[in-house]
Amino acid sequence: MNKRVGQLQLIKKIKLNYNNYLLEFKADSILSDIKPGQFVNIQIDRSPSTFLRRPISIYDVNYQTDTISLVVKIVGAGSETLTSTEPGSIIDMVYPLGNGFSQPKAGDKCLLVGGGVGVAPLYLLAKEMNINGIKPFILLGARTAEDHILLSEFNKLGEVFLTTNDGSLQVKGFVTDHEIWSNSLNFNKIYCCGPEPMMKAVAAKAAKLDIDCEVSLENLMACGFGVCLCCVTKTHDGHKCVCTEGPVFNIKDLEWQI
Amino acid sequence: MANLEVKIHNLTFKNPVITASGTFGNGVEFDDFIDVNSLGGIVLKGTTLKHREGNNYPRMAETASGMLNAVGLQNKGAEYFCKHIYPAVLRYDTNVIVNVNGSTIEDYIALAEIINDLEAIPAIELNISCPNVKEGGMAFGTSCPMAEQVTKEVRRVYSKTLIVKLSPNVTNIAEIARAVESNGADAVSLVNTFLGMAIDAEKRVPRLSTVTGGLSGPAIKPIALRMVWQVAQAVKVPVIGMGGIMCASDAIEFLLAGASAVQIGTANFVDPQVSVKVIAGIDDYLQRHNFNSVLDIIGGLQM
Repeated sequence: MNKRVGQLQLIKKIKLNYNNYLLEFKADSILSDIKPGQFVNIQIDRSPSTFLRRPISIYDVNYQTDTISLVVKIVGAGSETLTSTEPGSIIDMVYPLGNGFSQPKAGDKCLLVGGGVGVAPLYLLAKEMNINGIKPFILLGARTAEDHILLSEFNKLGEVFLTTNDGSLQVKGFVTDHEIWSNSLNFNKIYCCGPEPMMKAVAAKAAKLDIDCEVSLENLMACGFGVCLCCVTKTHDGHKCVCTEGPVFNIKDLEWQI
Repeated sequence: MANLEVKIHNLTFKNPVITASGTFGNGVEFDDFIDVNSLGGIVLKGTTLKHREGNNYPRMAETASGMLNAVGLQNKGAEYFCKHIYPAVLRYDTNVIVNVNGSTIEDYIALAEIINDLEAIPAIELNISCPNVKEGGMAFGTSCPMAEQVTKEVRRVYSKTLIVKLSPNVTNIAEIARAVESNGADAVSLVNTFLGMAIDAEKRVPRLSTVTGGLSGPAIKPIALRMVWQVAQAVKVPVIGMGGIMCASDAIEFLLAGASAVQIGTANFVDPQVSVKVIAGIDDYLQRHNFNSVLDIIGGLQM
């Protein structure tokens, strides 16, 4: 199906921790075409400080009820306004945008690596893997125990491993410090989303272990559908738009110094 | 419905709403959102003779009621344009205009010659106002002698409608407009973006990889409108007005100031359907005020 401008109704708002919210919207169209790893571009209020839309990755889709869920972390004026919106409100979104993650092959041993709010797009991916008979291993990192979100949801979809920078929950350190990397689990596919330094560290591990790895990038963008050419990342084939040719890239295509 | 048709030189536009270069891709990116054929015209993404990678990321910074960009004319060059983009836009029943850029006069001439041979392209917009390239670009649009020279040389090789896109980063934009008019421009379009910058105070670094970039959006509208008004009085050729148009009433302000048509730019990012909403809004305005034709309001500012 096509990209569209939709008017979606906020039907549920759950505070996940001190700065993350789960927002669920009832869509005005059938969502069967949405794939894990895609995003929506949300109009905030066009006020002077939030003039442009805000791209937010899709956390979950209920294909039966046509609802779409997003995890929003408060980072500035846009997310502040969006998370203070009350259920019942109508929100203008352009969706679905971006390419999404590739489908794993049957029998693939998959590791999902998420950091902070970057865990969000991995949820729908893990859900789809479960439907296709793949139980992924899920490695999630956050600054503290409190920063870990949606753990009970991820626990339903695969074996979850955690790290915290301060050691307040499970392994102390970054996701790349976890012993899962030294175990001979023989992953053949890694999917990663989180802060860029984390993704680069994971990409370096994957490259060293010769494991196919996809990362979901988050560059500043104005349009979200490939016309402003602002959100580019360097690939071996020149600049590519993160919004249309990404946000998911295979690390072998990126010009990352890892 | 009122008559929305306007003429720029010898070219008829079904309505005065055109989408601005660099904000509308090659049109095809909008097929999901609107009927591109309902537009008066579209100006395609800036093209250069040779492939350009554009500037490094970050290329964009949101600013109060607008944005800065520093894309730097990323495009795949003339050969790719003729082979891949031109065939894709042939199906459109609207004026498809190519935005022509160069670092040297020779580049501009060579590209204009190539585009002149493309039957379905009735006009070019000569971009002498890109603020984001190191060589050429805005340098041509901020000096009268250079603006005259590039217009004159391109005019020699380009036989169809020649629109020259002006930079607002000048002391006297009417002077530049007169300079290109007297050297063969069939119309002028203005304004391109204003040179600006933004700083990340926490990190103490520029927000753009190029430090400076082009400011667009509603933040620039009052200045753009003033410039369009000044130029419309200074030249006889048609003026295409742009700069921060977000809705029909913004567009109408430009028409009243003397623009024969308008371009919608940054607003396409915020609402990919804005261009068709502006057309409907202009029609509604004309009917409310009992005008039969949009021509009745062009330059209709009452003093």
